[in-house]
Amino acid sequence: MSLFAVFDIAGSGLSAQTLRLNTVSSNLANADSISSSINQTYKARYPVFSAVMDRFNNEAGAAGVRVLGVVESQAPARTEHRPNHPLADEEGNVYLPNVNVIEEMANMISAARSYQNNVEVMNTSKQLLLRVLALGQ
Amino acid sequence: MPTSLENLFGVHETALQLRSRRAQVLSANLANADTPHYKARDLDFRAALRQAREGAGTGAVAMRVTHSGHMAPAIQTGGELLYRVPTQPSVDGNTVDAQEEHAAFMDNAIRYQATLRFINGKAKGLISALKGE
Repeated sequence: MSLFAVFDIAGSGLSAQTLRLNTVSSNLANADSISSSINQTYKARYPVFSAVMDRFNNEAGAAGVRVLGVVESQAPARTEHRPNHPLADEEGNVYLPNVNVIEEMANMISAARSYQNNVEVMNTSKQLLLRVLALGQ
Repeated sequence: MPTSLENLFGVHETALQLRSRRAQVLSANLANADTPHYKARDLDFRAALRQAREGAGTGAVAMRVTHSGHMAPAIQTGGELLYRVPTQPSVDGNTVDAQEEHAAFMDNAIRYQATLRFINGKAKGLISALKGE
């Protein structure tokens, strides 16, 4: 019964969106992690999604999603002049992560919506399969 | 009333298989709603059902197994997957419209239930005929 494959597919979507939410929370938690050198500054992380095509039966066309990896944002770190800060370097500069809080919030909402969609798909499939089990009763 | 039990359920058996296959394709679209360069796909149900029915009647083009090492390919239920035409193309090359996919998935689920109901009705009818009540 290929309806069971729906659970695998939607499940892969759930785990991918969970990882996305994890990176968002990591980025938000470190949004103000100040450091004294550019190299040690936290960089925003983003997951890269990719579709997994069914290798054995490509005509089924069904594809789950997987996370290829997590990449760090290449945007430059923010520099602020705060001579009184304990972490300031010789020139009195501190470095803040390149996390854009507004972007992260939008990312979080998008991930939550996608997660909900996948849960909905699973619920519907579950009900359909339960009805199949109840056939003839 | 069909005389043979084999085709008791008629078209509904094929329809149910195609419905579950379409559910699989649509759920894949929803799972990949945020994947760059993913192209949303769908099944033309009418064409797929016709193809499956005609294939069953005329003997679909099947692969011959002439050697013990050959693998018998799974017989397709019919219908090839098409790509959806995006209404709002996005910059990352993804053509999944979550609302559209959601609506299609729900539509498919309701029709799946309708097919189940037809099958259930046929089975119940046959059972009551057998019991002779």
